[in-house]
Amino acid sequence: MTHSANIDSGSLSGENVPGGVYITGCSIFRNGAIEKDGHVVWKEPSAQHTDDFLVSAYRQMGLSYPKFFKMDNLSKLGLLASENLLSGTDLKAKYKPDEISVVFANASSSLDADQKYFDTIKDIASPALFVYTLPNIVIGEICIKNGFKGENAFFVFDKFEAKFLHQYVQTLMQQNTNKACIFGWLELIGDSYEAALFLLEKDAADKTNPFTLENIYKLYS
Amino acid sequence: MADLKAQIIQQLNLKHLKPEDIGDDQPLFVEGLGLDSIDALELIVLLQQEYNIKLANAEDGPKVFQSVRTMAEYITANKPA
Repeated sequence: MTHSANIDSGSLSGENVPGGVYITGCSIFRNGAIEKDGHVVWKEPSAQHTDDFLVSAYRQMGLSYPKFFKMDNLSKLGLLASENLLSGTDLKAKYKPDEISVVFANASSSLDADQKYFDTIKDIASPALFVYTLPNIVIGEICIKNGFKGENAFFVFDKFEAKFLHQYVQTLMQQNTNKACIFGWLELIGDSYEAALFLLEKDAADKTNPFTLENIYKLYS
Repeated sequence: MADLKAQIIQQLNLKHLKPEDIGDDQPLFVEGLGLDSIDALELIVLLQQEYNIKLANAEDGPKVFQSVRTMAEYITANKPA
């Protein structure tokens, strides 16, 4: 899915959301390391390949979700980054399932899974790979795991378009039905990967980081 | 049957399991291994790739894929000479 930004930013300031919107969590996966809220929580610099890093991270995080092993790498990365983001936070205790939305973007769409699927069709096409040949499947996996039923969208840009995503998510949060949102960048192709996910909440107890472009860049640079 | 269990683990990416974790008569779907409809398609692919067996009648699927033992019996009965 590609998208061209065509939104009047003048009508999209955070002031339009009663009570404001706040960044209450940040999860970053890059260069063999996992960060949460600005602190490195685990590092595996020896993992040469994305596959190895993701499985090591899964085990390190102590997860027990057998479906993880069936996922494509983009979904694995998204699931792990969201689990890290939400650790210590029970979103479903605070919000109804349809009040929690998910908005992601990346540059390579589902090309990693597409290439692997293409390799199988020379012999017998793999149904298990085929189901991951769309970028937004990772959002479905996260929603299934957590029981989220809110809005979702997946955009494809050349790079992390923080301004567009900020505007889009602000608009989303203006709707009364949305009270929390997981949004961010989720890029993966071959052995190159980088995830930067943010948790946004309306009327958050922690008002340290209002949802502004400056704070996005402060947390993810 | 140990080889077949290893092939199922490989084909379905059940990396959290070892062959000995799967009982010969353990149901493969729902309450057993918890496989889903996509896994059923992958098992059909496995039969074709590893044993050159095409499931002639889709309605046989539930019976054939009931357990590792029923799969092994189907393979034995239908493997090309």
